[in-house]
Amino acid sequence: MSEDYVLELEHIRKEYPGVVALKDVTLQLKRGEILALIGENGAGKSTLIKTCSGAVVPTSGKIKINGKEFSRMTPQLAAENGIAIIYQEFNNVAELSAAENLFLGRPIRKGIMIDKKAMEAEAEKAFAQLHIKIDPKTLMKDLTVGYQQMVEIAKAIQQNAQVLIMDEPSAPLTSSEVQSMFAVVELLRSKGVSIIYISHRLEEIFYLSDRIEVLRDGEYIKTLITKESNEDELIQLMVGREMTSKYPDRKPCIDKSKVVLELKNVCGNGDRNINLKMYAGEVLGLGGLVGAGRTELAEVLFGSKPKDSGQIIFNGREINPKSPREAIDLGIALVPEDRKRHGALLGTSIKHNINMPIYERISKASVINTKVERETAEKYEKEMQIKTPTLDQLVKNLSGGNQQKVILGKWLAADAQLIIFDEPTRGIDVGAKYEIYKLINSLVEQGRSVLMISSEMEELMGMSDRILVLAENEITGELSREEYNAEQIMRFASAAADKEETK
Amino acid sequence: MNVKDLAKKNAIWLIFIAEILIFTVVNPVFITPSNLVAIARQVAVYGIASVGMTFVILIAGIDLSAGTIITLVNVVCAYCIINMGVNLWVATIIALCVAVVIGILNGFMVATIGIPAIIATFASQTIFEGLAYIISGGMPIALERNTAFDLFGRWSVGIVPVSAIIMIICFVVGAFILTRTYFGRYFYAIGGNEEAAELSGIRVNRMKYLIYSLSAFFAGLAGIVTLSRTGSAQNTAGKGLEFDFITCVVLGGVSVNGGVGSMSGVIAGVLIIGALKNGMILMNVNQYVQMIVKGVVLAVAVGLDCMSKKRQTM
Repeated sequence: MSEDYVLELEHIRKEYPGVVALKDVTLQLKRGEILALIGENGAGKSTLIKTCSGAVVPTSGKIKINGKEFSRMTPQLAAENGIAIIYQEFNNVAELSAAENLFLGRPIRKGIMIDKKAMEAEAEKAFAQLHIKIDPKTLMKDLTVGYQQMVEIAKAIQQNAQVLIMDEPSAPLTSSEVQSMFAVVELLRSKGVSIIYISHRLEEIFYLSDRIEVLRDGEYIKTLITKESNEDELIQLMVGREMTSKYPDRKPCIDKSKVVLELKNVCGNGDRNINLKMYAGEVLGLGGLVGAGRTELAEVLFGSKPKDSGQIIFNGREINPKSPREAIDLGIALVPEDRKRHGALLGTSIKHNINMPIYERISKASVINTKVERETAEKYEKEMQIKTPTLDQLVKNLSGGNQQKVILGKWLAADAQLIIFDEPTRGIDVGAKYEIYKLINSLVEQGRSVLMISSEMEELMGMSDRILVLAENEITGELSREEYNAEQIMRFASAAADKEETK
Repeated sequence: MNVKDLAKKNAIWLIFIAEILIFTVVNPVFITPSNLVAIARQVAVYGIASVGMTFVILIAGIDLSAGTIITLVNVVCAYCIINMGVNLWVATIIALCVAVVIGILNGFMVATIGIPAIIATFASQTIFEGLAYIISGGMPIALERNTAFDLFGRWSVGIVPVSAIIMIICFVVGAFILTRTYFGRYFYAIGGNEEAAELSGIRVNRMKYLIYSLSAFFAGLAGIVTLSRTGSAQNTAGKGLEFDFITCVVLGGVSVNGGVGSMSGVIAGVLIIGALKNGMILMNVNQYVQMIVKGVVLAVAVGLDCMSKKRQTM
């Protein structure tokens, strides 16, 4: 029976000191199928696929490839046996051409010289096979993220991959790039390649996959036939409970008499003439395409990038924060998009992370009052419902959702009045998203204000009281709740581009 | 916690104990009180300067000027006392101030200008080595003997040398800074992720100034102890010592990638290196062989750190 399966993972268990990441997880991949692997962040998907590539050595369990048994993998064994992984971050060399990247590490040679012509010809063929239009001579850095990913896929196929594992392949792509990626994936399936497809986007999974395997908390939950399932069932399996609504209700809490933030013709960090007004208790959404200047605006408000001109009025006073420290002391906080790089201190404990902005305040003659330190951490652990056995746990051992809660707890400890969220639920699974939304609600219900940057249309409309849309570093439109309409937002988001075209 | 975990956590101390046992078996003189006092004196300079180096390496920096600072402090202090007739204590303070100024300069180059620490501190190493030669004219400056300046390097309380007491105080201060003050939390945070630290409200540049100044201060203090012990300012007093300090610190488990390490580990590192040097001398090991051993120890210490990092990510 094992002949039907290209890849089988049997009873995989992986323990880290103090944590069991995988408990008895089994996975079977048929030849020529697309198997979607889903689960909340921290469910163990990444760990599981890393056991296939040899990046993670399982504590116990078996890996079978074409019926051949391995107790552990090494990256080399995996490659020899036709397993390829397309990670979220690509392993490419920006300064080399697409063709050279395709043959990275095993160039076609003529004597001791590299045969560029032959590589380009081969690359041309490889791309044509996948119906991708890339000039093999283009430098990798000049290709869009979508095309870079195509080169990665072509590379895997070039190396005779039988099993292609894709970790959140659609995350960095625009929607038209996603369509071309789907086309390639489907083409590969028709050629008999098996694909494990990891994604948080349920629509994609239903569109693409043949079967779906669900993991939860490091455990195998169920494998479903895609056609016989539906979104509600999946969400329920992933979070282990039934979801009533995607966006929690919040009490009306906007205080129009209290303007928290006002920007007058603010220019800087690439943005031009930004005017806006925010009220206490309001969630103001910032929509627009990636690169429209939303994050740039957040950086100016948070003091990490300088303002060139214009006025920032915060709580009735003109401010000009020159560092994050100054912004924090004024009551402005930023929950950045890249949680791991900018948000949390991963190698530091939950307790220290939460207290980081207030250490100077809770110290006397620079000696920390450890009692206050612990109490503060406990308070926000409870308030944010951070799931952890101990506050001394390092933040890198937490799931994405819990990391986000630690960051938020830190800003509440610092008593921020205006909290800027940059893509608050990026890379966070469905269940934890709901919790983050609830926390955002409780923030504004307590009279704080939230400026929320989001590229997810649904989230933007579901959470914001009002939406401002940016395009090419300027505000191009404003919508009140009654006017919400995805098409209108998209029109505003591409407004500046249209202007250019009609010129 | 079971025995295995306990052993793992205190591996560095087990190595130290094993080292003591081996040297004692090879040459029983090693364990005699007079030799232990000698070790304490020798180790004091390492211990004092390692405290500052610990801070620097914790933020994933490096201070290659530590050895030169020792030299310059020797020369400046002796020059003030002998050539200018400055009071002993005033001269000591002047010399320490000079050290701190070098630290501030290092901080300026690293934080404000953005020169990589390894280059910035290498530049000041070269600059101030030259300056020390110019001040001294390339000649040693001998101090008068039997003055109160002998306190730092020659006097003892009972059989405990004052220099060892200064070292212990430095260790205690270092441990206190790291565990009980917010500076310590900031150092670990900056070493872990500088960008995230800045975005959490830490003024990273300011901390770098502080850290390089502290490193220079502790090196300066080690310089004062050296001068007091030798009684004469040599232009080679601190030459190359920074590598010994770095060895002590990374051997003590402070990660060169920043963000990980403790004072107690560094204490063990200092003691291991101190005992190793003394033991090898007792065993009459050729000094060039000693260099080889020191180099191997440095490579192995960093290697173990890097290997454990690799394993963690598996």
